[in-house]
Amino acid sequence: MAAAAKPVLEIRDLSYTAGGRPVLRGVSLEVGEGETVVLLGRSGSGKTTLLRAVNGLVAADGGEIRFEGRPAAEWDPIRLRRRMGYVIQDAGLFPHWTVEANVGLVPRLEGWPPEQVAKRVEALLAAVGLDAAAFGQRYPRELSGGERQRVGIARALAADPPLLLLDEPFAALDPITRFDLQRQFLELRRSMGKAALFVTHDVREALLMATRIALLKDGEIAVLAGPEEFRRSQNQEARRFLEGIEA
Amino acid sequence: MNAEILNLSLEHLELVAIAIAVAAGIGLPAAVGLTRRAGARRWALGLANIAQTIPSLALFGFLLPLPWIGGIGKRTAIVALCLYALLPILRNTLTGILGVDRGVCESALAMGMTRRQILWQVELPLALPSIVAGLRIATVTTIGTATIAAAIGAGGLGVFIFRGLAMFDKATVLAGAVPAALMALAADEGLEWIERRLSRA
Repeated sequence: MAAAAKPVLEIRDLSYTAGGRPVLRGVSLEVGEGETVVLLGRSGSGKTTLLRAVNGLVAADGGEIRFEGRPAAEWDPIRLRRRMGYVIQDAGLFPHWTVEANVGLVPRLEGWPPEQVAKRVEALLAAVGLDAAAFGQRYPRELSGGERQRVGIARALAADPPLLLLDEPFAALDPITRFDLQRQFLELRRSMGKAALFVTHDVREALLMATRIALLKDGEIAVLAGPEEFRRSQNQEARRFLEGIEA
Repeated sequence: MNAEILNLSLEHLELVAIAIAVAAGIGLPAAVGLTRRAGARRWALGLANIAQTIPSLALFGFLLPLPWIGGIGKRTAIVALCLYALLPILRNTLTGILGVDRGVCESALAMGMTRRQILWQVELPLALPSIVAGLRIATVTTIGTATIAAAIGAGGLGVFIFRGLAMFDKATVLAGAVPAALMALAADEGLEWIERRLSRA
C-alpha cells in the first residue's frame, strides 16, 4: 500500500513542543492524490496538533512540511490555507451568514465573479446532498447537525483545494447521520479524488474512511498501515483500539 | 419657559451626543486593539472602572483646574461625560468580540481569511448586538449625568434643576428632570429596539 501518485503533502521529521512537553516527535508522513490518511489516536496523542501544523495554525519547531512540492515555509500562509479545505467538529459555520454565503466564502475571498460563485455553491450543495433552492437562504441555526456538517464539507471543497483537512468532522453526530455522512464522503472522494488528512479517535471510522491509517501515540507514529494491515497489527496501542470493536 | 425648555433640551442633547460620539470614537477602536492584548486589557478596564467610581460632581471639580481640558464650560463637561461613557462601551465591545465562538474564528482563520477580514466580516458583525447594548447603557447614563454639567456652566437641562433647588421651586426642578428622564427613556427604547433587531439577524 504505497502512497498513490505524487504526494500532495509531505511531512518530514516534524516536531513541536508546547510548554516544555513534546507534542509531536519526529513525525514523517506523505499524503498522495486521492488518498485519505486517517490520523488515529487518543486525546493528547498529537493528532489535532499535526493537522493544525499542516495549515500553519501551529508553528512546528523542527522538521519540514511540503505542500504541492513546495516547502510550507515559502508559502504565504493565507494562500496556503485557501488551498486546503478545513472541516471541524461542529462545522464552524458563520452563524450570521446564509448557507450560500458560508459555502461561497473562499471563492469570494479569491475574487471569483459572483455568478461563478453562485454556480459553484449550487453544484457543491448538490454534491453533499442538499438542495440549493431549499437550503441556500437558510442560516446555520436552522439546520440539523448533519446538515450543518454537509454545509461545512461543501464549504471546504468550494475553491477546489487539492487537500482537505478534517478534524473529527463527524464526532458530534448521531450514529445514523454519521454513517450517512461517512458514505457521502467516500462517494465524494471517489468522484473528486481529493487528498485528505482525517483526524479521528474512532477506530471504526478510521477503518472505513482510510486508505492508510497513521496511529499516533505520544506524538509519534506508532503504526502506519492500510486498513487491512492495521487490523492485523500486533502493536500494543493498535490492539487496544481494535479490541474495542472486536469485543 | 417653554422655549427655554426646548433650548436647554437641545443643549443637553448636544452635550450627550458629542460625549457619546467621542467616547465611541475612542472606545470602539481601543476595544478592538485590546482584544488581542490580555495584559493591556486588564489595565484599560481597571482604569475605566476607576473613572466610573469617581462621583460625578467631584470629577467635574477635579477637571476644572486642569490645563487644556479644564475650565468653566462645555468642554470640561464633555471630557467628564466621555470618561463615564467609556467603560460600558469598552467593556461591551470587548465582551462581544471575545464572546464570538472560538470554532467560528478558528475556521475563519483556517479557511484563509486575513486578520482584518476576520475582524470586519466575522467578529464585529457577531459582536454588534453587544456593542449596541454598550452604547445604550452609555447613552442612558450620560443623559442623567449630563444634568450635573450645569454646575460648571455647561448648560443643558441641569440649569433648571440647579435653579429650582436654589429657589426651593419644585416646578423648575421638574422642568429639568422630566425632559431629561423622557430623553433617557426614549434613548433606551430606541437603542434597545435596534439591539433586538440586530440579535435576530
